[in-house]
Amino acid sequence: MLKQRLIPVLFIKNGLIVRSEKFVNHKIIGNVINEVKRYNQWDIDELIYIDISRNTFYDSRRDDHKIQSVKSIDDILDLVSQECFMPLSFGGGIRSLNTIKKYLKNGADKVVLNTMLYENPKEVKKAIEIFGAQAIIASLDYKKINGEVEFYKDFGKSQLDMFSLDTIIKYIEELGCGEIFLNSIDRDGTGEGYDLGTIRRVVKNTNLPVIACGGAIDIFDFEEVASTDGLSGVAAGNMFHFTENAYPRSKKKLKERGLNFR
Amino acid sequence: MKIGIIDYGMGNIKSITNAVNHLNHTASLLTNPDSINDYDFLILPGVGAFSEAMSKLNETGMNHAIIDCVKNGKKILGICLGMQLLFAKSYEFGETTGLGLVEGDVVPFDKEIALKVPHMGWNEAIATDNYFKDLSGDYYFVHSYYCLPKKKEVTLFLTNYGINFCSAINLNSQIYGVQFHPEKSQHLGMNLLKRILV
Repeated sequence: MLKQRLIPVLFIKNGLIVRSEKFVNHKIIGNVINEVKRYNQWDIDELIYIDISRNTFYDSRRDDHKIQSVKSIDDILDLVSQECFMPLSFGGGIRSLNTIKKYLKNGADKVVLNTMLYENPKEVKKAIEIFGAQAIIASLDYKKINGEVEFYKDFGKSQLDMFSLDTIIKYIEELGCGEIFLNSIDRDGTGEGYDLGTIRRVVKNTNLPVIACGGAIDIFDFEEVASTDGLSGVAAGNMFHFTENAYPRSKKKLKERGLNFR
Repeated sequence: MKIGIIDYGMGNIKSITNAVNHLNHTASLLTNPDSINDYDFLILPGVGAFSEAMSKLNETGMNHAIIDCVKNGKKILGICLGMQLLFAKSYEFGETTGLGLVEGDVVPFDKEIALKVPHMGWNEAIATDNYFKDLSGDYYFVHSYYCLPKKKEVTLFLTNYGINFCSAINLNSQIYGVQFHPEKSQHLGMNLLKRILV
């Protein structure tokens, strides 16, 4: 039987790892090279990198960060794939088939798409034909406004008025994506716990594997969300950075509670 | 050890190359059969459709080169689609003839088992052989078809996904195949590669 996955998400801005809050505030908390070593020791299930740089300027001046930052997403891919022997997903700012090809050729197993799903669906379809559905993750970024689930593109900046929860899932399925990364913008970096209601609704409405992200502060949040019937993956960003050995300790606890983890 | 990774344009070659180098072997990519005899061990990776992979191997003459090498005793490891290609025949989109180094067929998961296909993620593989027993555990899978060897004794690992299927083979410690991705399966996967690549 397939295991549920516990997935750290690393947000990268200008070559450094940042803490993210509501998709807006970003504080530098580390460098890519150190993190790679840490995650390798932890024997993790899968790693997702999201590049949230708004420009291509990589801040290699930050030498006060002990080890310098990397210069491009390609460098990160290169570095990570030499050290980490696990499934790797990359996302953030991908707009074309060529970028997808480049990432998948250079060591990524999957790409995470958001804006491109709506602005360039033709090339998303083409990518699925070439690499298979399993290589394409659709990131559904959403906020809850007056109790309604509203979806966004452009790093949470532009609302997708034309979609409801049901129609956006249908759209993603018809495109042929292999997986859904459900990301709550409101809960990002807040530690308020997962948005269980929306997560349950999405899992119920699709046959695609769903990874839930946004809001975790401790192991109880993982346990609570992992109990959702049919949920494939539990993802978190900040939590893994600020709690000592959070990943291996979480895995151990989840297994002790009889949940189906590796 | 000199390891030749057969590069026919399908799949994540970089990961397996990195994994082999990490284990202190020397990995080279082979795009044609010219120097295939110079290598101690061949790795046949692959992600994608069976028929497309076979036609790419046939185009460069790699198919005959692989078959000749293995018949002359060279060791080979097929990974994912690469394992399936070692078999005689696949039923993916019609029927396609494989390399025929292992007797048996490649068949789709039965829709009646009502589990999601592709079978993607971490699942347990259990060794049928004592020498590999310590390497039973969770490996990373991505596939929609599986191998059905004619002779049961070639099965090295079994995995349950609605049914028990053969997730790895070993013929006389010479021909190996793994349906999962050891190069994506963390420390356990690396230990398995270490055990096979000797």
